[in-house]
Amino acid sequence: MRLLNLLKIAFKAIVLNKTRTLLTMLGIIIGVASVIAMLAIGEGSKESIRTTISSMGSNMITVRPGADDRGPARGSGGNVQTLTLKDYQKIKEETSLLSYMTPVVNGGGQVINGSNNWPSTIYGVNPEYLDIKVVGLQSGSMFTDAEVSSASKVALIGQTVVENVFPDGEDPVGKMIRFNNIPFKVIGVLEEKGENTFGQDQDDVVIAPYTTVQKRILAIDYLNQIMASAISEDDAPEAVTQVTNILRSQHQLLDSEDDDFTVRSMEELISTFSSTSEMLTILLVAVAGISLLIGGIGIMNIMYVSVKERTKEIGLRMAVGAKGADILMQFLIEAILISITGGLLGVILGLSATVFIENFLNWPTSVALYSIVISFAVCAITGIFFGWYPARKASALDPITALRYE
Amino acid sequence: MSKEIIKIENLKREFTMGTETVHALKGISYSIKEGEFVTIMGSSGSGKSTMLNILGCLDQPTSGNYEIDSVKVKDLSRNELATIRNEKIGFIFQSYNLLARTSAIENVELPLLYNSKVSTEERRERAIKALQMVGLGERLDHTPSQLSGGQQQRVAIARSLVNNPVMILADEATGNLDTRTSYEIMSLFQELNKKGITITFVTHEPDIATFSNRTIVLKDGHIIQDYKNTNIHSAAAELAKLPKEDH
Repeated sequence: MRLLNLLKIAFKAIVLNKTRTLLTMLGIIIGVASVIAMLAIGEGSKESIRTTISSMGSNMITVRPGADDRGPARGSGGNVQTLTLKDYQKIKEETSLLSYMTPVVNGGGQVINGSNNWPSTIYGVNPEYLDIKVVGLQSGSMFTDAEVSSASKVALIGQTVVENVFPDGEDPVGKMIRFNNIPFKVIGVLEEKGENTFGQDQDDVVIAPYTTVQKRILAIDYLNQIMASAISEDDAPEAVTQVTNILRSQHQLLDSEDDDFTVRSMEELISTFSSTSEMLTILLVAVAGISLLIGGIGIMNIMYVSVKERTKEIGLRMAVGAKGADILMQFLIEAILISITGGLLGVILGLSATVFIENFLNWPTSVALYSIVISFAVCAITGIFFGWYPARKASALDPITALRYE
Repeated sequence: MSKEIIKIENLKREFTMGTETVHALKGISYSIKEGEFVTIMGSSGSGKSTMLNILGCLDQPTSGNYEIDSVKVKDLSRNELATIRNEKIGFIFQSYNLLARTSAIENVELPLLYNSKVSTEERRERAIKALQMVGLGERLDHTPSQLSGGQQQRVAIARSLVNNPVMILADEATGNLDTRTSYEIMSLFQELNKKGITITFVTHEPDIATFSNRTIVLKDGHIIQDYKNTNIHSAAAELAKLPKEDH
């Protein structure tokens, strides 16, 4: 019997039971739609994390003192004093993969201008800091290397600090402020950067030469951090290795000893956050997959009912010459048609849901083609898998019994 | 001498019910020639249904020989039996067994759907011809629920004719119909028989037998009577004798 005839028969059976078929499909529709929507949300948030982190300088590399124990009980690396200016100079001398580099020291304190004060953080850096962080100046200028050497009391401030200590809208450039009672001359204002991915206000900063901060504010001679930029994003992983090797030899670590510092690239940060969101995606997809499974069981259920209900019809078909294989194919095709139609409707619903989420909830989404292909394939397989047993049962019926069935 | 359509020799059929063996048919022999109109009669438990199932190639005999159109049916596989049913037998049932919500023409086309030698166009053509033969040429697109019992049975008869079978096998084909309609159906059978179609009609109603030209009576798995009917009644004449219905 030709496939086209079987298709016609199956199609007719479906059309004759529109409501029932639609209800059966519902499980599949919801399953497929949720798989697609969930994956779109997952992919979307992954992409948005990536872009945000990249905007912070995707080729940025940070060196922190202290071993990298990424466990939950991680100690504050800032208190370890193993990172020094000598390390910074050594790296600067020997590296070939870094374009910009700055020592970083930082500390909290009170910014005071007359009667206005504001708690903020001061970062002691060198002029290359702006290039590493990809941040521009709104007004004024960056301090010079000479000012770093002489430990001048000059500072640049971020927007949040401006708003809080210069509330009257006056131009801060050229004014004097005090940070922890040390007077600084404001020589520039940083461009607004907003919050970063982790909810930290990037505009709540004071920037000054690291020498000044080391001597006048913190009274330390070690560094809290070294920040650098790899020449390009592709060079970042190799730069990490290079910096690690330089520091290991500088710190005279034996092979058996662990690093007493941590070098990280943004790339790693991205993958850390991506894997978190990937985990979430997997969970979402698992839930969606379960609903697809339930949809499949719905199909099996309805196919059983269909076979039972049409026992007499099966008997008749056999009496007029249908072979077991014809009956098997008829019901199998019916199951596959239901699941594929359901899958198609599910894809449409899933895409509409994605558009809705993107436009009305303002969540970033990104529909992956593979999610459509996979969920559609799963649908077809579901149809075959869950349609097989009822179809098999139908084809094995004894025509005499089936004909007499009431 | 005309061709033998059915040849049955010492046919036996036994069923095992738990530890007991039921002998439904206990050694039956007869043959049916082309163009005959045979009624097989018997009360319930006579082996009539078993005979019908075997004649229709729905069941296999335990022993003995059964040939239809010179094909030995014994030892054929399920699929081969399906092909025999498809090509050589036209079934008519007491309860019509039409597909619900399916037009008359599609119902009639059904056996040809399972014959890959018949094209879509030929299928439609033959279905229309069969429906015209039973007088339903005007109701091709009616579904069973739009047809009377007699018309539904006519559709079923058209379905049994559509594959040009060597024999039509009717199982209590008038059992669900009133007297008038059953006479109409019997007269249709007689017409078809005159055109040379071989008919085997299984029934328990004695008056049906008077319309056929041969009667085989079964009892307890044996043939107790097998006679030629010398006084064949015309169903059309009987129909005329019935009081006119007022409508």
